[in-house]
Amino acid sequence: MSLALATASPRARGRVAMLPLGAALLAAAMLAGVLLGPAPVTMGGLTATVLDVLGIAPLPAEYVRDAAVLGVIRAPRVLMAALVGAGLGAAGAAMQGLFRNPLADPGLIGVSGGAALAAVTAIVLGSSIFGAAAGVMGLWLLPVAAFVGGLLATLMMARLGTVQGVAGVATLLLAGVAVNALAGALTGVMIFMADDRQVRDITFWTLGSLAGSRWAHLPVVAVLVGLPTLALCALARPFNALLLGEAEAFHLGVRVESVKRLALTLAAVAVAAGVAFTGLIGFVGLVVPHLVRLGFGADHRLVLPGAALLGGTLLVLADLLARSLAAPAELPVGVVTALLGAPFFLWLLRRRGMGA
Amino acid sequence: MIGRRVLLAGGAAVLAAPARAETPHRIVAVGGAVTECVFALGVGDRVVAVDSTSRFPAAVRGLPQIGYMRALAPEGLISLNADMMLLSADAGPAQALAVLRAAGAPIRSIPEVPTGDGIAAKIRAVADALEVDGRPVADTVLADWQSLDAPIAALRPVRTIFVLSASRGAPLVSGAGTLAAAMLAAGGAQNVVSGYNGYRPLSAEAAAQIAPEAVVIMDHVLQEIGGIDALLAVPALAVTPVVRTRRVLAIDGSYVLSFGPRAAHARRDLAMLLHPGAPLPALPARAWT
Repeated sequence: MSLALATASPRARGRVAMLPLGAALLAAAMLAGVLLGPAPVTMGGLTATVLDVLGIAPLPAEYVRDAAVLGVIRAPRVLMAALVGAGLGAAGAAMQGLFRNPLADPGLIGVSGGAALAAVTAIVLGSSIFGAAAGVMGLWLLPVAAFVGGLLATLMMARLGTVQGVAGVATLLLAGVAVNALAGALTGVMIFMADDRQVRDITFWTLGSLAGSRWAHLPVVAVLVGLPTLALCALARPFNALLLGEAEAFHLGVRVESVKRLALTLAAVAVAAGVAFTGLIGFVGLVVPHLVRLGFGADHRLVLPGAALLGGTLLVLADLLARSLAAPAELPVGVVTALLGAPFFLWLLRRRGMGA
Repeated sequence: MIGRRVLLAGGAAVLAAPARAETPHRIVAVGGAVTECVFALGVGDRVVAVDSTSRFPAAVRGLPQIGYMRALAPEGLISLNADMMLLSADAGPAQALAVLRAAGAPIRSIPEVPTGDGIAAKIRAVADALEVDGRPVADTVLADWQSLDAPIAALRPVRTIFVLSASRGAPLVSGAGTLAAAMLAAGGAQNVVSGYNGYRPLSAEAAAQIAPEAVVIMDHVLQEIGGIDALLAVPALAVTPVVRTRRVLAIDGSYVLSFGPRAAHARRDLAMLLHPGAPLPALPARAWT
């Protein structure tokens, strides 16, 4: 179950170009995400919107709709998708490195399960538990609940998985399984208590959507998803040492327990904050790191930022398809990420298997 | 730049913003009852798209689909160039509605209250948004509805349960607070499951204790289960008096549970199913039924 340390040399030539390539892909995807979609925008509308945003010329009346599509709907959505996708990708890479397990994903540390439990509770009991507070918090109740729920679940998992100050990988894994099982059971209780409409809301929440992205969310997401993602990328060196084993890493001077705690915390914050606004989005955290590894080897200096860039790219493109394919309806974005990514991943896997 | 122009070219022809008419003429209707109201008011030809819960009248079937009304797509809705979006109060999610509002979309929320007065209010709200006179339709529907009040109140309520589905394990049965519960009460039935809100699996023990005389179920659900015998073989129903009475009443859910302009007629039809031969006044056929 340990990660194959891909042989370094054959792929070395591709590595240098990997990060600029990833950044270019992400930028291209984001540009496409802003320019394309079911509501057509003209060149004139785009120009007028840009001039208006830059304060050069006021917006002519005929382009008000174009400006709304670009500025109110698409721009915050694309930025949200890039940030959340990057957070999921980097967190997934970090968890696979930390647990030295190719099946690890952010769900393993309880963060998605905890966020789901809290979100479902907010959907079902929102007004009755929080009463007046639900009115004041309004649209923020669900994201705040999901964020706090995700963090609490990971905290619980980390506490349960730490014995005498040491968080062993196997113990942590089992603690994660237990926390997820508990969260899943309590989510089931909430579904039992939900009415028909709430059950539908829950279903859609668990499939993910970026349809609710607004500018007001972006500062929060930039801080709570963006910063932890950057910080995870900065942990590449200790993660590389961890690939050799914890004892070996310790002898290389890595403070193993602090690195583990830090990585868990950063991944939990990034994933919980993203999921809070978008609902559960599968596939990105699990498979995007593998895509990077298959292409460029297991060096975390590439895998962590590469997974972030590719995760953002995949989610931006998936969201573009989600809002375009079934227009004027919209597909759940979690479905599209898997539909896009899984066949590509299988193809890569087969090709690599035959080549090796 | 050339690439960008190519990307955008497809949209150029469609863009021309809708000319601002006095009354809305490109309507998006979201919610089965809301859509029926628009058509009952005689302006159904202005509807350009509907949601997946809008299935009547037949004219809506060829229209673009905006998907399920609890999973609205802001950009998809904007792309329809509508000058009025009538959204059932049940539409969502709230976050998508916030985006639509921020984008300046012409949305109007239509209240959904499952009573005779609520239906009349719904019709008037739709009419207000469309700047047409809604009183004739609203008053007629309300009068039809109220003409049934006294005759149905005089009947002995039938002890009934509403089964939403029974394909796996315990059947999902309506408690209080659902559209089905509201229509059962209006149609002269006593919903014997009142201990919870919404739909829950009903255990065989509980079913035996509450002893319903009749089951109301949607016709397509009954068909999927395999007919009356298959339904009554479900353990939770096999222990009830329904096995002897065999009173399994199949209804068209999109008609009986819509609480739109056809609701008075639906109420009478359900009451006649529950009370065969009851002396209920006949309702004249209306333009919207």
